Order: sequence, then C-alpha cells, then structure tokens
Amino acid sequence: MNKTVLDLWVGLFVIAGIAALLFLTLKVGSMNTVNVSNSYEVVARFENIGGLKPRAPVKSAGVVVGRVTDVKFDNELYEAAVTLRLDKRYAFPKDTTAAIMTSGLLGEQYIGLEAGGDSVKLKDKDQIVLTQDAVVLENLIGHFLYGKAQEGAPQ
Amino acid sequence: MLTICGWEASVLKQAIENLGNRTIEGVWRIGYATRFVLAILLHSGTAFRRFGLTIREIYFSGVLSLIIILVSGLFVGMVLGLQGYETLQTYGSESALGVLVAMSLVRELGPVVAALLFASRAGSAITAEIGLMKATEQLSAMEMMAVDPMARVVAPRFWAGVISMPLLAALFSAMGILGGYLVGVQLIGVDEGSFWSQMQSAVDFEQDILNGVIKSVVFGIAITAIALFEGYDAPPTAEGVSGATTRTVVMSSLAVLALDFVLTAFMFRGLN
Repeated sequence: MNKTVLDLWVGLFVIAGIAALLFLTLKVGSMNTVNVSNSYEVVARFENIGGLKPRAPVKSAGVVVGRVTDVKFDNELYEAAVTLRLDKRYAFPKDTTAAIMTSGLLGEQYIGLEAGGDSVKLKDKDQIVLTQDAVVLENLIGHFLYGKAQEGAPQ
Repeated sequence: MLTICGWEASVLKQAIENLGNRTIEGVWRIGYATRFVLAILLHSGTAFRRFGLTIREIYFSGVLSLIIILVSGLFVGMVLGLQGYETLQTYGSESALGVLVAMSLVRELGPVVAALLFASRAGSAITAEIGLMKATEQLSAMEMMAVDPMARVVAPRFWAGVISMPLLAALFSAMGILGGYLVGVQLIGVDEGSFWSQMQSAVDFEQDILNGVIKSVVFGIAITAIALFEGYDAPPTAEGVSGATTRTVVMSSLAVLALDFVLTAFMFRGLN
C-alpha cells in the first residue's frame, strides 16, 4: 500500500477536527462536573429553596467548591433536602452555614457556604444544620408593606 | 344506475388496492433496510482491515465537505452574534452573548446544521454514486469476480460517514463560536473577558460538548445508512437514481430533525 496525497488530506482533516474538539473542550467549556471519586456529599435542609436547581454551583467566599446534585422534598419534615457534592480538597467545619443566594438581580441561584468555628470537619453523608432560606420577593414586599402600614398606624 | 355504481366501485377498489400496495411496499422496504444495515455491520471487517478504502471515502465525504461546513459555520455564528446582541442588550446583559452563541452552537446548531449540510453535500453524492454503480451493473460485475460489494463499496462509505460527521460538527461549532466572537467582540465591542469567561462557566464538558458529539455520531449513522440504502435500492434507471437522490436528501433531513428532538428530550430534559 502506497502513501497517497489523499492520506495527507484526510490526516489534515482529522487533525483539524480533533483540534476543534479540543478548542471546544478547553476554551469554550470547562470540566465543571465535580469528580465523584474526589468529592463528598452533604445534605442541607431548607424551608424554601426558591428557584434552586440541580447542577447549581456551591460557592464559598465566591469560589466554586462543589455542585448541587439533588433536590428532594422531605415528606416527614415538609422541608427541601438538598444534596451538595463538595470537592475533597475543601473541608468545612461542622457548624458551616448554607444559604441560598442569587448572583446579581436576576441571575442564577447558588448555595453560599460560610465556614463556622468548629474544629470537627464535615464528613461524607453529614448534614448541614444551619441553613438560610432563599429570599422570596413576594414575602419581602409583604413584610415591607406591613412595616410601612404599622409605621403610619399610631398617628 | 348499476353501471355508475359499478364504475364507482371499481375506482374505490383501485384506490384501496393502491393504499394496500403502498403500505406493504413501505413495510417491505423498512424490513429490507434493517437487513441492509445489519449486513453493513457484518461486513465492516473489511472497512477496518483495508483502512485505505475508508480513508478514500473520508476524503470524498469529509474533506470535500469542509469548505461548505466551515463557511456556513462562520456565517451562522456571525448571525447568532448579531441577533443575540440585539436581544440581549435590551436586558442589559450583552456579556451573556458568549453563552448564547456557544450553547446554541454546541448543543443544537452545530450537530444539526452540519448534519443537514452533510446530507445534501455527501449523502446525495453517495446515493448517486452507488445508484449509478448499480445501474451500470458494476455491483453485479463485482459479485461475478467474487468481490462482495457490501464489503468493498458499502461498508467503507458507511464508516467514513460515521467518522467524518462528528469532526465536521465540531469544526462547525468552533467556526461558529469564532464568528460570534468576531462580530460580538471585534465588531460590536462586547467585553472580551466576560464573553469567554461566562461561556466557560456555563458550558459543561459532559453535559454540553459530549452530548453534542453523541448527537453528531447518531446523525452520521442515520444519514449514511439512508444514503447507502437509497442508492443500493434505487431502480437501475436514470429516473430511479435521480428519485433516490432526492429521497436521500428529504429522508435524511427529516430523520436528523426527528432524531434531534428525541435526543434533546433525553439529554437535556430536567437540566434547567
């Protein structure tokens, strides 16, 4: 079998295709998915999660440290049970606070972790006890109006 | 009265007979096509043992489709950049332009538009070539020489299409993102840093890029299988071959769009 000009062209085509895939992988996308073997899972319960969805980022001090893997409704406590998968490189104290926050005014919702002072760290399958619910705009406006009305009442 | 009734009855009978014939013909073709695809898979050994044959076909269906894929990718990306900017700027979120361009290209437009172009550029050529080989009795001549046309002609073309399609789709997406970058950042002046960084944080390797590649592989299989079957099954006349070529383009385009819906429903449902 002889080498032909055809082989050269096909080789160039394959190299260009793989280069395009690499470009997409490295420049356009990123390995956002947290590796299962290098991570641990914790559960946080919230009374209201707002618009939080699976795959939302978990951030601490603004740095992504994990992702939300599952959102379930707990039918015994009537609360939302949110499973977080955190990177093994980051260990958090047992009394860490988990809060649901919004990036920007209309941005996506994420979970913010604020480390506590406990010397014992969170382990796999642990539960975060201190949580802060999502801010629901309707409730916020309701409270505001209620407060305004009370301000005016005594006069 | 009786004669009119008889005439009507015969027309009705004819219509029902036609309907039945067409249905049976359709089912027959589906069965034949299934057997044909299985036969391709069984005869694939030659396509890999004598890889030169497959490389030749990659040249004809992949390399020669490069120009149309690259140019249309660039223009689709540029249009996405322009239109996306128009819409996003009303919400003051021009910086999300990169996300819009990359997501729509990597998830949908890259695989689908590249597949439609591939079907009309390479699929029609495959059908015409094989149909003509059949019409001029080259395939029968091969059988006479104890060369199996399934192994020598059909299987290499099939694998060439399956290999070329994901590479073409990736090139299309990459060119499109480049086009969106040119229009969005260089021409309109969206901030370059947020263009790339928001894109990177939104596009996920597994969920978006890998699923796009899987889509394009499925489209490659569907298009080349339809093109090969239509060519192999074409009546050995000039009209037969031209009809088969038309059917290839129509059928494979419809197949790509229908498969895209099914795959999207499987891949991206429940993500957002």
